[in-house]
Amino acid sequence: MPFLNWLKRHLVVIAGLLTLAYLLLPNVIVTVFSFNKPKGRFNYEWQRFSTDAWQDPCGVADMCGSLSLSLRIAACATVGATVLGTMISFALVRYRFRARGAVNSMIFLPMAMPEVVMAASLLTLFLNMGARLGFWTILIAHIMFCLSFVVTAVKARVMSMDPRLEEAARDLYAGPVQTFWRVTLPIAAPGIAAGALLSFALSFDDFIITNFNAGSTVTFPMFVWGSAQRGTPVQINVIGTAMFLLAVLFVLFAMVLGNRRNKQKA
Amino acid sequence: MSTLTEAPPPLSPAAPEEKPPRRRGRFTPYWLLLPGMLWLVVFFALPMVYQASTSVQQGSLEQGYKVTWHFATYWDALNAYWPQFLRSVCYAAAATVLCLLLGYPLAYLIAFRAGRWRNLIMILVIAPFFTSFLIRTLAWKTILADNGPVVHALNTLHVLDLTDWLGWTAGDRVLATPLAVVCGLTYNFLPFMILPLYTSLERIDGRLHEAAGDLYARPWTTFRKVTFPLSMPGVVSGTLLTFIPAAGDYVNAELLGSTDTRMIGNVIQTQFLRVLDYPTAAALSFILMAAILAMVTLYIRRSGTEDLV
Repeated sequence: MPFLNWLKRHLVVIAGLLTLAYLLLPNVIVTVFSFNKPKGRFNYEWQRFSTDAWQDPCGVADMCGSLSLSLRIAACATVGATVLGTMISFALVRYRFRARGAVNSMIFLPMAMPEVVMAASLLTLFLNMGARLGFWTILIAHIMFCLSFVVTAVKARVMSMDPRLEEAARDLYAGPVQTFWRVTLPIAAPGIAAGALLSFALSFDDFIITNFNAGSTVTFPMFVWGSAQRGTPVQINVIGTAMFLLAVLFVLFAMVLGNRRNKQKA
Repeated sequence: MSTLTEAPPPLSPAAPEEKPPRRRGRFTPYWLLLPGMLWLVVFFALPMVYQASTSVQQGSLEQGYKVTWHFATYWDALNAYWPQFLRSVCYAAAATVLCLLLGYPLAYLIAFRAGRWRNLIMILVIAPFFTSFLIRTLAWKTILADNGPVVHALNTLHVLDLTDWLGWTAGDRVLATPLAVVCGLTYNFLPFMILPLYTSLERIDGRLHEAAGDLYARPWTTFRKVTFPLSMPGVVSGTLLTFIPAAGDYVNAELLGSTDTRMIGNVIQTQFLRVLDYPTAAALSFILMAAILAMVTLYIRRSGTEDLV
């Protein structure tokens, strides 16, 4: 049975590709249905091909507003979480101090906590303080949950870094500031970039924590959530498809850039 | 640095340590930590304290709440919502097992078999992250639609008769049943399983496989005795990263399920944002947190990888 033998030899590959298909199937559906012309309010059934939504992506009331709000929040949260997280990870990797264990578990806990719990407890804090829910409370929440992920990403990179490189810089009479800017930071950069990218994606996509702490402010995920009840406009699929394509292009671009750099070094 | 002119952060004089990596700036690590840790203390730890106090309060929205140490709220909440708790644990466990079964081959494929396709597959695993997960979850409504090809195929193969008998589906529908919710959970948290699995598989030295082969181990034996044990750190962190968020999730149960598939996250959400019964909601979310922390601790103990965290 040559076919059975072939199947046995490639079982892992076949199973893996099936999983990949499972992962990508919704993205395919999102893309296909961005070209749909639905009959009613709901875009769940295929009617006929049309590029209307692509020609008029902002044709839905409030959608692009929520999108730009989400982008602004994600950008601010990324900057905040990346700066604070990088500082923490340098302290953790480079220095021995008391309370190191406590800091480590404080970083780990937000990642091990279900989002609803964090969301609900943060809301009780804001309610008790009498804070007005909106842009700032969302931003505070996003920086909080992105922080741990940045620390983890940067720590991994800084930990694998050869300390002799910095010693060498110091031996060559580089001051601490110069050593940091010319040696340490460039080496840590990929870790910092990974952390920043992760925070951006997490913040942009977050629904549960935002839903609790947004008040009447509507971010893009909240708009999608609301539209699931009212009827989903096709434009949502357009945005989803565009985001997927942009992400693929961006990662491809970053990889090509990285490859070229590695080749230059070699 | 002006560390000496300002009030130093709380710290004790450093005891003589084996080998401090850097002599300069004894306070430097504390200054680096201060802003970030302050953020976490104020917006993560302090809220937990507030929530704990809310859970033992009594009162109403109009008259305000007072701490009365009314612990019965916990008992009442547990009594009223234990089915949702149980359901959350079952759904999350099912999704975690499915993620492991589906994710392992793909992680293995990327780590050992993909060759020059490795980067492309990696991108395809990560890129869906950037399409809002709500949009992708809504897409499952289309995929599992009542007269869609998936339900049709399952019906023709008489799979639905079996799942119906097991109570996973209802009639010839998949949407609004436990099966749909578990399917959505599995889908949403699969990347959280694949990435740690891949990281730990990638570290395995390929020569170990050759050695196993040289010692006449068959592929399956090699996997069971060499590969799988060495990938345990990935399995443990992957299962945690899937189980914890899945147990607290309410999006899949809301979009793909029905009132019969409500999970504890849905209850907390409703109590907090619609019913506005803060003490009950706080108590529920505390029970969920305690249950998950207990399960995680037990699990990490048993799997013997405490160095993981």
